[in-house]
Amino acid sequence: MDIFVQQIVNGLVLGSIYALVALGYTMVYGILGLINFAHGDIVMVGALVGLSVFHALSGSGLPVPLVLLLAVGAAMVVCMALGVSIERLAYRPLRHAPRLAPLITAIGVSILLQYSAALVWSKQYIPMPELLSPTRFTVLGAHVTDLQAAIFLLACGVMAGLYWFITKTRVGTAMRATEQNKEVAGLMGIDINRIISLTFLVGSGLAAVAGIMVVLYYGIGHYSMGFILGLKAFTAAVLGGIGNVRGAMLGGMLLGIIESLASGYIGDLTGGFFGSNYRDVFAFLVLVLVLVLRPSGLLGQASGERA
Amino acid sequence: MRIFRALPIITAAAAAIMLSACGKEEATSAASKAPATADQVVIVKIGVAAPLTGPQAHIGNDIRNGVQLGVDDLNAQGLTVGGKKVKFELLAEDDEANPTKATTVAQKLVDSKAVAVVGHFNSGASIPASKIYSDAGIPQISPSSTNPKYTQQGFKTTFRVVAHDDQQGPTLANFAVRKLGAKSIAVIDDSTAYGQGLADAFEKTVKELGAHVVAREHTTDKDTDFTAILTKIKGTNPELIMFGGIDPQAGPMAKQMASLGIKAKLIGGDGIQTPNFIKLAGDASEGQMASMPGLPKEKMPGGQEFMNKFKSKFNADVELFAPMGYDAVFVFADAMKRAGSTDPAKFLPEVGKTRLQGIIGPIEFDEKGDLRNGPITVYVVKDGKWEALETVVPGGAPSPQAAAAPKIPAGATQAGY
Amino acid sequence: MLGFRLTTPAQKFVAFGVIALGLLVLPFAVEALLGRTWVRIIDVALLFVMLALGLNVVVGYAGLLDLGYVAFFAVGAYVYALLASPHFGIHLQFWALLPVGALVACAFGVLLGAPTLRLRGDYLAIVTLGFGEIIRIFLNNLNRPVNITNGPLGITLIDPLRLGDMSLSRHYTLGDLTIAPVHSYYYVFLACALFSIFVSLRLEDSRIGRAWIAIREDEIAAKAMGINTRNVKLLAFAMGASFGGISGGLFSAFQGFVSPESFTLLDSIMILCMVVLGGMGHVPGVVLGALLLTALPEALRYVAPLQQSWFGEVLVDPSDLRMLLFGLALVLMMLFRPAGLWPSRVRKREFAEG
Repeated sequence: MDIFVQQIVNGLVLGSIYALVALGYTMVYGILGLINFAHGDIVMVGALVGLSVFHALSGSGLPVPLVLLLAVGAAMVVCMALGVSIERLAYRPLRHAPRLAPLITAIGVSILLQYSAALVWSKQYIPMPELLSPTRFTVLGAHVTDLQAAIFLLACGVMAGLYWFITKTRVGTAMRATEQNKEVAGLMGIDINRIISLTFLVGSGLAAVAGIMVVLYYGIGHYSMGFILGLKAFTAAVLGGIGNVRGAMLGGMLLGIIESLASGYIGDLTGGFFGSNYRDVFAFLVLVLVLVLRPSGLLGQASGERA
Repeated sequence: MRIFRALPIITAAAAAIMLSACGKEEATSAASKAPATADQVVIVKIGVAAPLTGPQAHIGNDIRNGVQLGVDDLNAQGLTVGGKKVKFELLAEDDEANPTKATTVAQKLVDSKAVAVVGHFNSGASIPASKIYSDAGIPQISPSSTNPKYTQQGFKTTFRVVAHDDQQGPTLANFAVRKLGAKSIAVIDDSTAYGQGLADAFEKTVKELGAHVVAREHTTDKDTDFTAILTKIKGTNPELIMFGGIDPQAGPMAKQMASLGIKAKLIGGDGIQTPNFIKLAGDASEGQMASMPGLPKEKMPGGQEFMNKFKSKFNADVELFAPMGYDAVFVFADAMKRAGSTDPAKFLPEVGKTRLQGIIGPIEFDEKGDLRNGPITVYVVKDGKWEALETVVPGGAPSPQAAAAPKIPAGATQAGY
Repeated sequence: MLGFRLTTPAQKFVAFGVIALGLLVLPFAVEALLGRTWVRIIDVALLFVMLALGLNVVVGYAGLLDLGYVAFFAVGAYVYALLASPHFGIHLQFWALLPVGALVACAFGVLLGAPTLRLRGDYLAIVTLGFGEIIRIFLNNLNRPVNITNGPLGITLIDPLRLGDMSLSRHYTLGDLTIAPVHSYYYVFLACALFSIFVSLRLEDSRIGRAWIAIREDEIAAKAMGINTRNVKLLAFAMGASFGGISGGLFSAFQGFVSPESFTLLDSIMILCMVVLGGMGHVPGVVLGALLLTALPEALRYVAPLQQSWFGEVLVDPSDLRMLLFGLALVLMMLFRPAGLWPSRVRKREFAEG
């Protein structure tokens, strides 16, 4: 039982990160109908910017919360600027092109970001300086560190804030309107371009936060860390129902838990035939099954056009 | 269409560049040729092939730097072969850890008249490339490919200066069971040829020694989240966890073991015995163990000096295989000296007869080109530093008989993989 | 483009003869001028021509974005490797094995196609990407509990192409001419690539080809016109996959070694880029794309010495530069020349209309 609870805890922490990244995918997909392959790499940039700040300030004697805040701030500023400029330069001119064009552009941007990062930060694995020393406590027989708890709570808080922003504020309403029908939203006096920029701004900001979390939790950063994370997060977004903010949160958490439980128990369940080596297969299998059986995802609305 | 209008300009510019480059090249080669006749300096090209880009670039560049240092040191020493002064020149090629690119790069090194090659990093690259070096009759020393198959293809030109999986794994297992007295051990590998080979060899010996392998789990060389498999392992209550893989995984793994409250220690192979592991794992690195072929570096003649030189030259710590790359260059130089020739056809037979004291330990090859069982040292992290714990010499001093023994399991492991 | 048209049969005949002769002596001319490295690069480029043409059937003709195409290449390669190597001690002949590889890849194509028929565009892209990764993960892990693929170690000592006593892995001499394995494989690959081009061109103008294009343009309209979209789409997947299967087999024989790391996502994306950069659905464009994208990265390796001579040090690692240019090219192409470097007229019009 302890083991089971522990696996759920593991899954929730991993899922929090997936969920934050998935939000970026889901928002962009909802509004542009585009899989922003570069989103995972924006997370990477956020992580590496954060690491640079940590390295620069780790010996400065500043209080730890301030260092954290500065790192998050720097990462957010860089990622937001990056996200908005990518949309402006690479995606906006292609808004009316056939669907394949922006998708391939996104792959190109992803490669560009990775190798630009390799130039800036080198291709070494960058360790996190000793900044935090997490303390451990026990919940229901499972070990949880305060860092894990903080990641989970912060992710939930950010997501709740985003949900409020999208459902309750004027700008959020404009975003939803743009998502439903760009032309009509434009006629209603909404500046479509501004709203799309804003979507990228928010999505990239969340990516920065997720990047910092990855760095704090795993203690490691690398220029190629974003792609697989991005794929998993996209899977989470699809699982929850792409274009749906609540779906992304649910999908992220679920995918985290599925991965944890699958790699923890599949060996026993299949008599040792499948082991934890098939962990990544589960994520993709979930993706295929959801798309084939329920393309609108768990919380999405059934829509013939997307499927 | 705008591109087409610009085309003539681009072409002209490119032509100008090429012309100027050619001009320069001719100038330099003429300059280097002039003293060649006077002082009899022979330029000898040594190739190095490793992934210089991609996720494994840090290790590839480590190898390149190690080889570069070897070449520079030899040039500074002023090597004389057959009465002529020899100057080494390094040709570094990026194989991108990709088997197809590896063969292209190998062909390129052959075309560029490299007389010897240090490389490649991955077994997956070393194996297809070895065919091309063999066809060209150029000796190849891999500093890092541990796949037993690499030297089992029957090529006279393939060598390696790293203990292969069937050598290091059993030593590590012996240490774990006999010295540490571990009776229940969990084994994790990273699903690569290196990690899995090491872990399989370890697991096999552990079982033979009567200890219990309580869990066998797998991850990948790109993962950073191991909480799920570690939680499962925790449920089996092992006394020791062995990881076959490299530091970018081992670092976070040690951290996650600590946060899950696992008290068992982590033990691994040479892929973990790196300064990076300590940086990545932080406090959680304390007390973890790893083995490394060769004697402890501070006990090696020139070992500490090598580390210092490397640090000052490249402003980076030695990651992993730089010493192997460095030694490989010296193996070639030594063979050339004994053959009195820089012609690969002449010095190739001498490579197999190498008896050299390298940074990594005594270097001798068996008839397949594998390193004869040298000493393997187990290290432990103490106060944030790797400290030598014990040096194990498998089967006593390296002698022909002792070295012949570990070759037998080669066929058996093939079935076991 | 050429400025003149070949009209009379005699002119056509001469032009054909010149091209044929050029292709025949190409490897030796290249070796003399640039070294054997480039003969090998051309060999690999020809393999990629076949792969790109196969993917072109799926992406270019039928308009189904496949991001996991390398899986079929992998399947073909492993079929050949397993049945012509000491791994199982089976040594079948290549003329039997290549069709088997094509058939097995074909079956995998249908396996992937069947459940994903309902998906379109981006979703299909992601599912195929997942499929490609799943195949690779299985190849990497099917060494336990029963050893089938030999896992990450891969399979070594794969038989070269041979017929009777003739083995392509040996050197032959013809008068003063040494025919090395790279040359022999060049002719085999050239023949296969030409055959693929022929099949592609014939497919394009066939009833099926037109059905594919109809589906790409408008699936609902195609259905209304009486095209059995399900079968026709499945056929596209199967056809594309079998191209991949055959080139996989040839790759195995050429390399003598296969391991899962040859078949990564990046390889899939590379093949896609060949199709996209060259010109989706246009055979000459796709061939150009494949040749360019195989040769350019190799040419870029020469940039490092240039930097050295200009700046005194290597500022940008040539391989980084290669990837940077590669990413930039994808973005710029889509922005300024979305139909590809050498597009077909139909496709160009389509992208212009948007």
